[in-house]
Amino acid sequence: MTLNTSTQGDFVTAQTLETFGFLPKFTKEEIYDQIVYLLSQGWTPAIEHEHPAAARNHYWTMWKLPMFGEQDPNRVMEELEACRRSYPDHHIRLFGYDNYTQGQGLSFVVFEGRA
Amino acid sequence: MASKAYDAGVKEYRDMYWTPDYVPLDTDLLACFKCTGQAGVPREEVAAAVAAESSTGTWSTVWSELLTDLEYYKGRAYRIEDVPGDSESFYAFVAYPIDLFEEGSVVNVLTSLVGNVFGFKALRHLRLEDIRFPIAFIKTCGGPPAGIQVERDRLNKYGRPMLGATIKPKLGLSAKNYGRAVYECLRGGLDLTKDDENVNSQPFMRWRDRFEFVAEAIQKAELETGERKGHYLNVTAATCEDMFERAEFAKELGMPIIMHDFLTGGFTANTSLANWCRKNGVLLHIHRAMHAVIDRHPKHGIHFRVLAKCLRLSGGDHLHTGTVVGKLEGDRASTLGFVDQLRESFVPEDRSRGVFFDQDWGSMPGVFAVASGGIHVWHMPALVTIFGDDSVLQFGGGTQGHPWGNAAGAAANRVALEASVKARNQGREIEKEARDILTEAARHSPELAVAMETWKEIKFEFDTVDRLDVK
Repeated sequence: MTLNTSTQGDFVTAQTLETFGFLPKFTKEEIYDQIVYLLSQGWTPAIEHEHPAAARNHYWTMWKLPMFGEQDPNRVMEELEACRRSYPDHHIRLFGYDNYTQGQGLSFVVFEGRA
Repeated sequence: MASKAYDAGVKEYRDMYWTPDYVPLDTDLLACFKCTGQAGVPREEVAAAVAAESSTGTWSTVWSELLTDLEYYKGRAYRIEDVPGDSESFYAFVAYPIDLFEEGSVVNVLTSLVGNVFGFKALRHLRLEDIRFPIAFIKTCGGPPAGIQVERDRLNKYGRPMLGATIKPKLGLSAKNYGRAVYECLRGGLDLTKDDENVNSQPFMRWRDRFEFVAEAIQKAELETGERKGHYLNVTAATCEDMFERAEFAKELGMPIIMHDFLTGGFTANTSLANWCRKNGVLLHIHRAMHAVIDRHPKHGIHFRVLAKCLRLSGGDHLHTGTVVGKLEGDRASTLGFVDQLRESFVPEDRSRGVFFDQDWGSMPGVFAVASGGIHVWHMPALVTIFGDDSVLQFGGGTQGHPWGNAAGAAANRVALEASVKARNQGREIEKEARDILTEAARHSPELAVAMETWKEIKFEFDTVDRLDVK
């Protein structure tokens, strides 16, 4: 078998940071859609942030408290933006606490800080 | 009390073991057998014979029966039903008192229920279709070492199925070349890679060398991607001593997950290994070689839903379930029926999925369903729909067969997976819109575009041999 190496791509390893790390960064509308999904599943939205150099641990720093009872996607969006203004160099992730499984139904890094 | 008179000789089984008025107790273990009797033997006699031979009975009355209370210990055939679309077979339902079985031992349950009775001459075929384990028995079993929720937390994987691949070629690579293949898959975006079940410790690659090179591959991939990675190190071995030696070394290397073949290795070894894993904080992936020998014939053997239930009790964090869409046998409704048994805390009776009993799993942790075998990027939206988030989707050839290599193949699968999950969360019907969703995603991923081109023609469309019994 001969492979034509001139037509092959070279795959460059990247810091992908788990779920949705292989898609282009979401637009504001796409982030909004995922918040709507998270809320529709009955999960509690929550935000965590951390400097990229310390982001390998399980625990990141919580932004305020999880938004218990919050039903308005715009309010969640505003908190994400507020967290980003306070920590522009941090990774910021959004996730949904599922109090039945005690897992996280959805979790992804919305904004990436520069290392 | 039964009469104490001893009456030697051969009685009809149905005199003692056919009890149509019996109302099963919550603590009874219930079983549904599909029976095909020899010509001329009445159904009640066949059902009673199955109940007798799988519990307290033997072919002749014996005097020592009178020393105990067999009315308390005997299994009872309590219901007979037609099999839809099949005039020669019927379902026999049998109730067994819980005290017939040792606590925490699926081995003991199987030895009784699928023991001598399967060779019984009055039967042409016999198939164990389902078991209802009473919650009182379930609470005596260890179950999955970690379970779905704990595994997600340890591996930091949320909101999507995990992605894996079995390393190919499945036999013949040296340890260093094998570790290279692992590293390429993981840096490209897979969460987990897997030893092929045939890989144990052969002359071309001894287990200790494999474990060491794989460990380096994982550590390097984790560092470079910022993601958690793992490889199912197969510890299946000739003896339990060898198995535990390999498990200990995997733990010493800090590896998150090991692997066992539960049917060829056996339930005793499996349960011991699951207990070891729970004690040592190591996850356990379960392969199912030999299952098709046992479960594929529609009239004889054991349905896989029973083997899956037994595995959840014996212990494992992942179990292969077939893919529905790939190269291996598996009907969609039937597969969903036993996927539920792995993951849910309560599964109601549903004949349209081949589920014969309500099954209460109580607090027993769930097992990830693993879909593996002949799947590629085009299948991704269907797989996400069928298996949902609590699954591991494994693309062996579909990763390593990519024209640009493993890393690009892995990235193609990861992009396809994330695009499917994103679209599902947006409320799109991803099975119907598969082509649009993948085509859209490929605009940002040349790796996916090449994968879609490579596998566009591959289909696996054969009829299922073992179909559900439906009208």
